[in-house]
Amino acid sequence: MATEVMVEKWSGEVSVVSIGATKAEGGTRSSVIKVGGQKALPYLFEEGQLPYRPVIAYEVWDISPQDWPQELISAYGAVLKDPLAWAQECVNKYKAELLCLRLQGAHPESGNKSPQQAAEFVSQLLKKVSVPLIITGCGDDAKDNAVLPACCEAAKGERILVGSAVQDNYKTLAAAALADGHNIIAESPIDINIAKQLNILISDMGLALERIVINPTIGALGYGLEYAYSIMERARLAALAGDKTVASPFICFVGQEAWRAKEAKTLAKEMPNWGPEKERGIAWEAITSSALIQAGADILVMRHPLAIEKVQKYIGQLMEG
Amino acid sequence: MYIIGELINGMYANIGKAINQKDKKEIQKCALEQIESGADALDVNCGPASKDAVNDIQWLVETIQEVTDKPLALDSSKPKVIESGLKVAKNKTLINSTTSDPEKLAILVPLAKQYNAKLIGITINAKGIPQNKDQRLEMAANIVAACLDHGFPAEDLYLDPIVMPVNVAQAQMRDILESIRDFKIISDPAPKTVVGLSNVSQGTLVRPLVNRTFLVMAAAYGLDAAILDPKDKDLMDAAITSDLILNKHIYCDSFLTAYRKK
Repeated sequence: MATEVMVEKWSGEVSVVSIGATKAEGGTRSSVIKVGGQKALPYLFEEGQLPYRPVIAYEVWDISPQDWPQELISAYGAVLKDPLAWAQECVNKYKAELLCLRLQGAHPESGNKSPQQAAEFVSQLLKKVSVPLIITGCGDDAKDNAVLPACCEAAKGERILVGSAVQDNYKTLAAAALADGHNIIAESPIDINIAKQLNILISDMGLALERIVINPTIGALGYGLEYAYSIMERARLAALAGDKTVASPFICFVGQEAWRAKEAKTLAKEMPNWGPEKERGIAWEAITSSALIQAGADILVMRHPLAIEKVQKYIGQLMEG
Repeated sequence: MYIIGELINGMYANIGKAINQKDKKEIQKCALEQIESGADALDVNCGPASKDAVNDIQWLVETIQEVTDKPLALDSSKPKVIESGLKVAKNKTLINSTTSDPEKLAILVPLAKQYNAKLIGITINAKGIPQNKDQRLEMAANIVAACLDHGFPAEDLYLDPIVMPVNVAQAQMRDILESIRDFKIISDPAPKTVVGLSNVSQGTLVRPLVNRTFLVMAAAYGLDAAILDPKDKDLMDAAITSDLILNKHIYCDSFLTAYRKK
């Protein structure tokens, strides 16, 4: 007897967020990235449409990265010393379709760039590359509240994705995103209740739920990946059942988490039986990403070009159904 | 909890007057206010004052559809009136309602199927109102059987155990609540359950309190839907909180606001 496949019927869907604006839409980007829109759990094509594939954003910084492991640094080489050239290399050499700029240089301990300097960097980057942009702050709330609005203004009309808003600090960024026509990243600490609350707080300020991307906060493989997975699954189940307040696409900062793992960065000479670090870090980043794709990740912010290549291939296979 | 707003009913003076004067604005205002308060669907009843319910229901349906695409519960004891409403309905519909009388079921179940409408089945028949749980279950089983005979899916059926005023039939309250739970085992997939809530408080002096206490208790027995006044904010808050406690939506500090944004 043939096995009957149980097909679930869903009434809700994930909202579609568009990143980047072309000339026709008032921006200067060469393309628009759309994410979300799922009407079923990840890759259950029988149950509903999954109109947009997960996208990978190359993580770039406004300064030369200081704490990256040797393998990552050698993957890019000397170009890391020139952030604009680094971003261009991601687009031209590796065919990045989306960049995620981290304004680390604004951090008080990493150069303490002024809002004007950060905004100027964004303006230059927008001239050098034409792909849509994600821009994140340096992680220092007070500084980000000064820097990110300036960068939002510099990117006015480009419909960037900017982050991160958190429960205790969302008003300044939400107001800036609203004023300059951008999307926002709402970050919660692996907590579905806070994720939902933050989406409501932001939408109460007038920024539509359709302009929010949730950063659920993830851990790398071996570092809490499964907690992120279950939060994402719970949100997605609620979204598909019709709860619009958690029906946002997910962004997962995989690169920064995967490359913090000791398994990714410890040198082979320190741990001979772990095998060559050249393969380990790439595998750690690629495996973390592919697991999160199964949880429903829409945007993966990644670092190593070879890990990205592997995950792109995996996405291609998944989307074939 | 699936909330069916009860306020578009000709027995209310403002609605009765609006129907007679064909005052679209009053009806549309009433529709939108209920939706803003959290109604998932709207009951549509011409009321006793209507002399031409077959036409009046069409006017009501068309008037409401101009401002919302929420489902409409076409409410009449006359199948002709319901069919008339179904003919012009573009929104999703519920038929409110059939009894367990075979002659009613023979008309309304095929009608629900033909128009792809959901169906509310009340556990009463021509002999009257049930006096205990067994009579309710028997009539409910008759309604489910008629649906299955006609190929109408049980999960699109809403069984109503017929709620009595607490000051008239106090001894029946527990039976009514248990019926809500027991209706679920009649078929698999199970039928859904609904109550016309405000009946429970008829004639009492603290109607809102009686309404919301009954609703919360019914929710605990697994009630799926209720026909009620969504503008009663305390009542809606109680319904939303019941759903929260039953893990039907995800908690957040603003869960009442969140539910109304859905």
